[in-house]
This record gives sequence, structure tokens and C-alpha cells, in this order.
Amino acid sequence: MTSQMIVALGGMLLSLLLAPLLPGCTNRVKAMMGGRKGRPLLQLYFDLCRLMGKSPVYPGVTTYFFKAAPTACLTSAVAALTVLPFWPVAAPANFSGDFILLAGLFAMSRFFLILAALDTGSAFEGMGASRDALFSALAEPIFLFCLLLLCRQAHSLTLSGMTTVAAGPAAIQGYWMFYLMLAFALFLLLLQENSRIPVDDPNTHLELTMIHEVMILDHSGPDLAFLEYAAALKLWIFSLLIAGLVLPLPSVPLFDDGGSLGPHGLAGLAVHWGTTLLAIFGVGALVGLVESLMARLRMERVPQVLAMAGAFAGLAALTLWRQA
Amino acid sequence: MTRSSFTHKPHITSVDVIVPPAGQPPKGGTCPDALCLRNGRAAPLAALPVMSFARFSQWLSEQIGAGCRAVAFFAVPRESASAQRTAPPLFFLYAVLADDVAGLLLAARTEVGSSYPSLTPGIAALHLFERVLYEKFAILPEGHPWLKPVRFNNSAGPGVGEMDFYRIDGDEVHEVAVGPIHAGVIECGHFRFQCLGEEVLHLEISLGYHHRGVEAMLTGGPLARILPLMETVAGDSTAAHAFACCTLLEGLSETSPSPRGQHIRALALELERLACHTGDIGAIAGDVGFLPTSAFCGRLRGDWLNMSAMICGSRFSRGLFVPGGTAFDLDPALARVLMDKVALAARDVQGAVRLVWDSPSVMARLTGIGVLPTSVAASLGMVGPPARASGLARDARRSHPLPCLPALEKICAADGGDVGDRTVLRYDEVLASAALCQNILKDLPAGGCRAEKQKKFHAVAPKHIAVALAEGWRGEVCHVALTDEIGHFAAYSIVDPSFHNWAGLAYALRGQQISDFPLCNKSFNLSYCGHDL
Repeated sequence: MTSQMIVALGGMLLSLLLAPLLPGCTNRVKAMMGGRKGRPLLQLYFDLCRLMGKSPVYPGVTTYFFKAAPTACLTSAVAALTVLPFWPVAAPANFSGDFILLAGLFAMSRFFLILAALDTGSAFEGMGASRDALFSALAEPIFLFCLLLLCRQAHSLTLSGMTTVAAGPAAIQGYWMFYLMLAFALFLLLLQENSRIPVDDPNTHLELTMIHEVMILDHSGPDLAFLEYAAALKLWIFSLLIAGLVLPLPSVPLFDDGGSLGPHGLAGLAVHWGTTLLAIFGVGALVGLVESLMARLRMERVPQVLAMAGAFAGLAALTLWRQA
Repeated sequence: MTRSSFTHKPHITSVDVIVPPAGQPPKGGTCPDALCLRNGRAAPLAALPVMSFARFSQWLSEQIGAGCRAVAFFAVPRESASAQRTAPPLFFLYAVLADDVAGLLLAARTEVGSSYPSLTPGIAALHLFERVLYEKFAILPEGHPWLKPVRFNNSAGPGVGEMDFYRIDGDEVHEVAVGPIHAGVIECGHFRFQCLGEEVLHLEISLGYHHRGVEAMLTGGPLARILPLMETVAGDSTAAHAFACCTLLEGLSETSPSPRGQHIRALALELERLACHTGDIGAIAGDVGFLPTSAFCGRLRGDWLNMSAMICGSRFSRGLFVPGGTAFDLDPALARVLMDKVALAARDVQGAVRLVWDSPSVMARLTGIGVLPTSVAASLGMVGPPARASGLARDARRSHPLPCLPALEKICAADGGDVGDRTVLRYDEVLASAALCQNILKDLPAGGCRAEKQKKFHAVAPKHIAVALAEGWRGEVCHVALTDEIGHFAAYSIVDPSFHNWAGLAYALRGQQISDFPLCNKSFNLSYCGHDL
């Protein structure tokens, strides 16, 4: 195994370990904005441990699909991390067109979650599934469009090669507007895909208004832990993607000619990873800020948020057009 | 209180309606058959002649057409009924109407047998009252459009919630059943939605899970524990129900409460209003996911409740109300402390709610949903903040002031009838109520907090009727008592504002998004146990 692979796997491990901290960071910002102390930063870790120690309870009417969903969601989230690089090293599995796999993995996890929700036969879960299907069907083309624009700009068909970090500061010259607009579009998609305010309210107890939370209402024990963990990973993946767009880090050669990580490279890696982590938690804090400053939208206005994301992606495309 | 420096209004504003002071001649004209009562005063039953049903029905239509509203409608079995079961009529049917312009309560009665032509088709506000009669006494209102159990209190009848719901058929119509057990710590109630996608075509609300038989417990009284019972009719309206009950007992025993005690009671009622309105605004903000206001109002609600606790040791004013006055006096030092606390809490509420007015996303979320048009609110007989938000200037503190208390100077009202209007109205009422508290605390009448003569308040006048209206935070609480020959309650009827208002919520949901239901529900914030009794 090359040291490059070891570093890539190390980055993935870091993601797996730190992902549950991201919702904690968002919640802490919300608590501070509301004048509250808030729950502990590590609350999600405690919750996951507690849930793993329980035995699941299955509704009598459910079938195999209900039990398959948590595993499918977690698998697809972990698989997504293998194609998504933890900047600046390339992802453990990178190949041409891996960005389509990323979108596909999200779709797969949603497909299973929707099936599981319908499987319970509950009116609430059916409504949640229908809302999720509608909004994600609108979001998915925008997401793919954003990634395609990045491909076009970086002349690379892999996630590992398409961002500013890979391209280096020189590539941003004259294109900072493009990257900023894409990052904003992706941030709106992050809010939708991760069921945050203004699209969905992760804290509500009102089943009639929920989207994501209502689909996991009937899951319990380790199944619920899987789903919560998968949701945290998804939020992490989006934040990581945005961090990769907005961080104009200088691309230092981390690996020497022999392919090994020297002391110089190690220091560079620490700086890169530290900055990236800061950016990820910055995105988490930004989500908390948005949730504190605005109300949840009416359900019928959610497509307008997605339309805005699409509009920004379109504007980013126009800047490329001009440059070309 | 420094109102001017902090008052900050959103784009939708409520208006202060100044209705003419009570005491105008009745609009519907006087009726020799009906009994005119003042709030909290008793009258002998002999002064209440028995009308023929046709006359009764005509009188009701005339009065309601002239702007009166039904505040109580109940039946009492005739004493002789048990002896000769076959011979109709078996029941006296009583109606109490409120004339808000004249400041009068009009009572009338008629005799009915086991059935009578339903009044609901002409007077929609009576729909639930007639269903209760049918359920309680099997008096059939013939032609009632929607005759179903209300509280499921008949042990031989169906279990709670077991009934046929209104149903819309169609391939794309789906039914959503919510409750009776809800997510969160709230009372039980069942909601049945008929939906076309996200749009609600019809909502039917089925309650009765909290029926405890309060009215049956009171009949034959007054019990020594009547006030503790009243305080739990609807726990969040402790002061309102206790106030109405005390007023009734004082009216029936022909005594007056101590003026000082009456003012302390009014203070407790306002503190209850302040706490609940503040909590409601916070809950509405919480429902739209706007956490700062939600968190601040949650704390401020506690501040208001603690002020009640400073007066009587209970955050919900339990044990404060006694016939003749209050059990606890307010010494001048405490009054000064309370004045400061009221000013401080009112200022903090303004700061917390200003965040809502300043957030376009919150205002956009609240505006235009759950609209209850004025005409519908009027015909359903809505009361309290939902009625005032729909443009009906109904406030018993203005039109039917309680003995020894001045009438409210103005009624807060709005005209849109949507969730935003109900929120703004609550905010305005918080400000008005805080100012009222300051006035009460400033000029507390001297004297004891209980009536001078410690008369036996349980020695009520025989063969009398008395009506008491108290404007609680949720709306007007109506208590009516009839006494028999030996001075026991022959009937005691309680009408909580929720009883009038649940139908308004069901109406407001028509054509709305089902995801807006929790928010609309919160903007009405009705009581389950107050309805179920």
C-alpha cells in the first residue's frame, strides 16, 4: 500500500470519526443564538452508543425493506466517502465519472429509506416519503449540474481532481465568482438534502410537518443509530464538498519523489487537514446560523429554494461561458 | 411601563376597537318573556317564564340575528319527569344569550320532550350544544345536520372516538388520522383529515378523551371542594374558571366580593393571560422553527407564572380564589416589587417578539394561512383571541364587566383572521394586559381582601338562576347555575371558550396545507379538557 493510499484512508477514517461532531456544532450555534446552553457537543456520540446497546423493535406490518433501509443508508454514506477525497489527497477510490456514483449513492440511500417509510403503511411516513421524493427529484439534477460544471472547469472527471484544492490557487484566478456561486448553490442543496431549516425542521415533534424525521419514526435501536449516523455522514460529505470549493489552499507537493510522506509533507498535510476541518465546522456553524435567523418555509415554497440553487448554478455556468 | 420606546409593530397590525360602553338599549328590542341579567347577578327562576317552543325558537333567531350570541344552552330534567315518564314535556331547555352592546345577559327557557326541531340549521353556533343534549339526555334535535357524540359519556354508547367520520372518496384522496395520542406532552384529541395530496379538504375533530363528568359532580352542590374542582376544569385557565365560579356563588348568595379581593383576582387573571399569551407566541415561533423567540418566550412565561406564585404560592393561582375575595392579600411592598417585575417582563417580551416582526421569513410563514373569515367566526359563535383576530370585538371584560371592576377601555382586535393576526393580537393583548396590571397594582382599593361579613357562601338562594362571564386568556368562560327549592344546584353548566372555538379551527384548515395544521392549531391553542369537562 502506498503512503498516498494510507493518507487517503486516514482522511476517510477522520471523516467517519468526526462526522457526529458536526450536528453538535450546528446545535451549539443554535443554542447560543437562542440564549441557551444547549446540549453537549458530543451528544450524537452518546445517542449512537445508547442506541447501539438497544434491541430494535419492528412494526408488525413491516417486511424486509424496513430492515434493509438502515444498512443501505449507512453503506451508501460510507461508500460515498471512498470516492470523495479528504482534501488535498485523492480519494481512496477515484476513477473517471466517480461523481456520478456519488449522486447515485445518495439516490440509493433515499430509495431504500422511502421504501422503508412506505412499508410501515403509516399516513405520516407516506407523506414524508412523498415530500422527500419530490424535493430530492428537484435537487438531484441541480447537484449533478454543479458537479458537471466543476468537471468542465477542472478538465477532470473525478471528484479528486475537480476542486480548487486540486487545481491550486492559480486556477481560481479570474474564477472566484464561479466557485463562490457554486458553493452557495451547494449550500442550498445541503440544507435540502440534510433536512435543515428552511426546508425541514430537524427539531420538530410535529409529524405532519416533517420530511426526513418522519421517515425514521418507526426505526429504533441500532437501526436508528445507523440512520442517524448515515445522516451525520451525509451532512459531513456536503460540508466537505463545499469546503473543497471555497478553500483556495496552495497545493504543496506532499509526497516526495519516492511517493513517501516526508516531514515536510507531514506538516503540509496537518495544515491542510486542519484548515479543511475548520472549514467543515464553519459550514456546520453556518447551518446553525441560518436555522437561528430564519423560520422554516411553507412546504409549497421549498421548490423555490431549489430553484434558487439552480439559478446560482446557472449563473456559475454563465461565468464559464464568458471565460471560454 | 415604557410602551412608546419599545412598541414596534409589524406590517400587519391590529387595531384597537372602542365599542360603545355597555348600557345601551338592547338591539334586539326587549322581550317580556326573557330575563335580563347582569354579569354575576342572580334572579329568581320565577321571573323566567316558560315560553312555547315556537316562541323560544323565534326569540333565539331574532336575538342572534340582532347581534347577540349564545353563551350557554342546556337542559334540566323536570322534577315531575321521573314520576310520569310517559307524559312529555320532560325537560326545560335553557338558553343564555349575551348582548354585548347592552351589557346584558338574556335568559329564556322552554319545555321540550324527547325531541324538538333542531335549531342548528338556523343558528350554527348551537350545533355542539344540541349534540351535547342529544348525548346527555337523548333529546333528539330533529334535522341536526351532524348529530354525533361529543364527549362519549354514555356508558351504553360507543367508546371514545368510535364514530363514523366524514369521508371523501376518490382515488387520490387520502385520509390522515392524528392522535388521540400525540408526539409531545399534550392532551388527547383525534383529528381526521381528508387530503388531496398536501391540501386538506376537510378536517373533523373528535374529542371527549378528557371527560371527567365535572358538571355532574357539581349538581346537587355547592360542594365544599367546588373551587379546587373549578381550578382543574382547564388547568391553564385556573383563574378564569375560579373567578367565574366565585362570582356565581357570590351572586347566588347575594353578597359582594371585597373590592380589594376583586382587584387581586383581576390581577391573577391578567397574569394568567400574560403567561399563556407569552407562551403561545413562543410556541408559534417554535412551530415555524424560529428558535430565539421560542427560547426567550419560554423563559418569560416562567417569569409571569412566578409572579402569580409571589401572590399566592402557586404558579397557576391555585388556592387564591375564595368566595368573597382572595385567600391572600397583597402588601404594598410586594405590590411595588410586582410593578417592577411586570414592567421588566413586558419589556423583555417586546424584545423577544420584535425578533419575529423583524424576520421576513417568519412573517411570510405566518401570513395568509389558517384564515377564519369574520362571517364564519360570527356564525360559529367564536370567542376570545381567535374571534378578535377575525375582527369580532368580543371581550367580556369590556361588555360584561364583573362586579366592582371597571370595564376595559378598549378591545384589541385584528381583521385578517390568519395565524399572523392571531399572533399580533396576542402580542397587543400582552402589552395591554401588562398596562392593566400596572394600573391595578397602582390603585389597589383599601380594605381586606375578603368580604367583611364572612357570610356562608354555600348558603345559596333557592330557585334562582345566575350567570357569570369571565374573560380568561383563551376567551370567555361562562358558568350558569340553577338552584332548587332547598338551595342546591339543580344544574351547573360550564362553557369553556374551547367549546365554541374548536369548530373554527376545523374551518380554518379547509383548503390549507396539511403541514400547516400544527401551526394553525397552536395559533388557536384550545383546551381539550375544558371542552370535555
